[in-house]
Amino acid sequence: MAPRAVQIIAGAALAAFVIAPLSAVWAKAGPAVRFGPAEWAALRFTLLQAALSAALSVLLAIPLARALARSRFWGRDVTIMLLGAPFILPVIVAVLGLIAIFGQNGLLNDGLRALGFEPLSIYGLQGVLLAHVFFNLPLATRMILLGWMSLPSERIRLGQSLGLGAMARFYLIEWPMIRRILPSAFAVIFVICLSSFAVALTLGGGPKATTIELAIYQAFRFEFDFATAALLGLVQLFLSVSAAGVALWLAGHDRLGIGLDRPAPAARRPLSERCIDAGVILGAMLFLILPLALLFIKGAAGVPDLGAPVWFAALRSLALALGATLLCLCFALPLATRWGELIATLGIAVSPLVLGTGLFLIVRPYVNPFDVALGVTLCVNALMSLPFALRILRPEVQAVEQNFSHLSAALGLGAWGWFRWVMLPRLRRPLGFAAGLTAALSMGDLGVIALFGDAEWATLPLKIYQLMGSYRMDQAAAAAVLLLALSLGLFWLFDRVGRYGAQDQ
Amino acid sequence: MKNLTFAAGLLTASAALADTPVLTVYAPDYFASEWGPGPSIEAAFEASCDCDLQFKTGDVLGRIILEGTRTDADAVIGLNTDITKKARETGLFAPHGQDVAKLTLPLDWTDEVFLPFNYSHTAFIYNTESLPNAPQSFDELLAADDSLSLVIQDPRSSISGLALVLWVKSVYGDRAESVWEQLAPKILTVTKGWSESYGLFTDGEADMVLSYTTSPAYHIVAEGDLTKKAAIFPEGHYFMVELAAKIAGTDNPELADAFLAFILTDTFQNLIPTGNWSLPAALPVPEWPEAFQELPLPEKVLFYSEDEAADLRAETIEEWRRALSK
Amino acid sequence: MVLKINNVHIAQGGFRLTASLPPLEAGIYAVMGPSGAGKSSLLAALAGFLALQDGQILWKGRDIAALPPAQRPMAMLFQDNNLFPHLSAARNIALALTRRAKLTADQTDQVNAALGRVGLAGFGTKKPPQLSGGEQSRVALARVMLQDKPILLVDEPFSALGPALKAEMLDLLGELARERGSLVMMVTHDPADALRIAEKTIVVAEGTAHPPEQTKGLLQNPPPALAAYLGTD
Repeated sequence: MAPRAVQIIAGAALAAFVIAPLSAVWAKAGPAVRFGPAEWAALRFTLLQAALSAALSVLLAIPLARALARSRFWGRDVTIMLLGAPFILPVIVAVLGLIAIFGQNGLLNDGLRALGFEPLSIYGLQGVLLAHVFFNLPLATRMILLGWMSLPSERIRLGQSLGLGAMARFYLIEWPMIRRILPSAFAVIFVICLSSFAVALTLGGGPKATTIELAIYQAFRFEFDFATAALLGLVQLFLSVSAAGVALWLAGHDRLGIGLDRPAPAARRPLSERCIDAGVILGAMLFLILPLALLFIKGAAGVPDLGAPVWFAALRSLALALGATLLCLCFALPLATRWGELIATLGIAVSPLVLGTGLFLIVRPYVNPFDVALGVTLCVNALMSLPFALRILRPEVQAVEQNFSHLSAALGLGAWGWFRWVMLPRLRRPLGFAAGLTAALSMGDLGVIALFGDAEWATLPLKIYQLMGSYRMDQAAAAAVLLLALSLGLFWLFDRVGRYGAQDQ
Repeated sequence: MKNLTFAAGLLTASAALADTPVLTVYAPDYFASEWGPGPSIEAAFEASCDCDLQFKTGDVLGRIILEGTRTDADAVIGLNTDITKKARETGLFAPHGQDVAKLTLPLDWTDEVFLPFNYSHTAFIYNTESLPNAPQSFDELLAADDSLSLVIQDPRSSISGLALVLWVKSVYGDRAESVWEQLAPKILTVTKGWSESYGLFTDGEADMVLSYTTSPAYHIVAEGDLTKKAAIFPEGHYFMVELAAKIAGTDNPELADAFLAFILTDTFQNLIPTGNWSLPAALPVPEWPEAFQELPLPEKVLFYSEDEAADLRAETIEEWRRALSK
Repeated sequence: MVLKINNVHIAQGGFRLTASLPPLEAGIYAVMGPSGAGKSSLLAALAGFLALQDGQILWKGRDIAALPPAQRPMAMLFQDNNLFPHLSAARNIALALTRRAKLTADQTDQVNAALGRVGLAGFGTKKPPQLSGGEQSRVALARVMLQDKPILLVDEPFSALGPALKAEMLDLLGELARERGSLVMMVTHDPADALRIAEKTIVVAEGTAHPPEQTKGLLQNPPPALAAYLGTD
């Protein structure tokens, strides 16, 4: 276990990094706070869409994770990786991909029209949910899949030898595992959706789909009403931390490992079961991968013609992603406890606008914010990936502690020896996964750089917005393909490095 | 050794830079990016001023308000009339001191603090191939079949979205809310900003998009595409002007003045049309690029003073929200 | 060179154990008793994994009850997790000597000698999952050997092995202990283990650790608590 002092310092630094900016905005605020009918409506809609999005994502993830866990097929690893892609995409890119399928003139409606049906509209609550499920189904699937992999094969064999039917097997073996993962999977997605803004608005079809985050944006950008912005930020934070707290409490002490992703015992499975699994996987691929494939087709041809500024921005984004990954893991290791996970939720619980503005106010008296924009962006990116890194690492860290802390104490390994000889090698695989996820998320995040970044230091996502802002939609599509490729490449690389050499464990 | 020489070179270079006065101008991202007019304006100004012009991007007024009197900015560019009242109230801006007689705006400009550098009007853009019979007036738009689809921007998060609700208000006055109710079924969706809307439109998702009268010029000049047109309504179009201003507490008042004076020169004004895809604020029509001269532009221009706009803002947004939430 | 366990009280959950034993000299002591009586807890307390409620553990006259596990004169063989599965056998053993990645020539020699002593010469580069259960036990023995502690606490580490292999490992343990003059305390549930290598046995039952007695005599004429456990009455 990391020395207590390190844990406390890391936790305090993390909490301060979120609470100080919120306080700075609050301190700047005037006395009048506005919380009228429009804000209440925004709060109601925010809660509704977040709860529904999280519930749907998690429910759909169960059959998908189950199918992936049980099926062996050629290209399974790549499929699992690609199924994760929507989660790491910049919002605007993903939305355009979804519209290419589900939009007024998307593939789906073209098909419906050709068959003589009325076209369906994506715009409305259904669109918001569709997009949020598209983003978060991969995360939920991954979390539940890990649970499946951690089911002891003895228990599965026991089920087989008892000749349990599908239902009995689900209730006796799978459900107890799922029940422990569901609360935290639900909570993480709920928290992510709480701060949704552009997606909710664009696909929500209008002001009915107003979220708190939009109200914060409005308060900041147009009304310069810091009091309302800070109050709404606080409401958001409170909701998120409550959700995370309830989830942690419901999940109890989960002892789930990340699993070795060993093929489940390959008893001959009935054909019907294999067909259902294949159908589920195919359906998920159509839903999750097709929009990306269309984006790819649309933009790929333009990639070679992207100018030097875009490539330099890509390099900067790469460097930023690597830095954020390192920082994130440095915090994740000592914070891999229940408390640490709760504190880390702060990272995605606070509105990026509030966080960015608060940080701006804090650094402003000492340095020119322009000079530290990249550094601040790096910290914020690390912060926002931390909850996901912890979700991946914590069960493994706990398992390592449970299994090896006595032996290490008997040997007197000390903090460094424990880290060097036990933690690091044992965690290789989840570390690779967490690093890949962090790097890809940082790569795709527009982040606070948009708030006080400098044109000269623009990142790739910012370049995409700049291109769109100056009518260059085709180049934006090409830059999005570059971003998609780099994000997936980083994820694949880290995940690979983590797996390599971990095979023989 | 090589590295040392290189480092020494860098040091001398930055020392040389340090002797050159720096003019810091806050600008919106789209203005200063390599696809906006910023870089060529920077080069043109530096050729005449023996200074280093640096654009700093981001939310211009938001940052000035956060920084107060300690701001590093000497001047700002890219403010919008919808926020000038707020900007004026900060007391952080100084009179521009330029001769506004040079301006060629479609209306009189008498503001002593905020200096226009380009303008346009709100308009719905459509594709002549997919929408051959586009509405030719606002009334026709209201009466159009509900299958006509529009994408607009949210007035709470976008300047052009705000201009739209003011446009409707200035055309229809007290009837604005019922006009919004008539428009509601045609509005496919509302986006956070202009880019998302325009992206949806160019992807063929909607028939018309809320943009500017000058938008077709980009497609004509840069893409040779003549199919994108602005629907010009006889009821008039809302005037959108972008402004520059000098910071009162600047350390470089002469340079800041020189920059504001530069804005009204033909050099600057000629960079605007194909740089910012907007109409130059101080350049007679015959000197515009051909494509811009031929753009259909509204006869009637609607505009609220900043005080009127500030008074109407909350009301019009609320009308919009109520009507579209039904 | 004596270990004194004075008036030691251990409590864990609802369970309590008192131990007050006469001075223990070098030799092998079996620890036997009913399941749940606290045999493993007693060892954990001695090794430093369980804090005492009261009492002293004296080694050479000094109370070691407050020392962290690694600073006590004890090495321990656990029920499981005696080896790090991701490290080679040689590295597992070498961790008894150093945390450094690079071993000195002397350390390499010591590791190789220990491997040789447990009959695994040339197995150094293998990782535990590549070794059989018996081989894993041997590596663990080599590891505690190099820890070079005068006291060895053993908590049923061979219980998963087959009878022949277990006997072999017990013999090896006995040999090593005698060779080095160690004091061994070995928890076991099998009287045959005790008979095989332990001259004396400590019975842990009904909340008390009883003073060691000759194993043979004890098993022939067990006190009631042990008799119930052995099923001999």
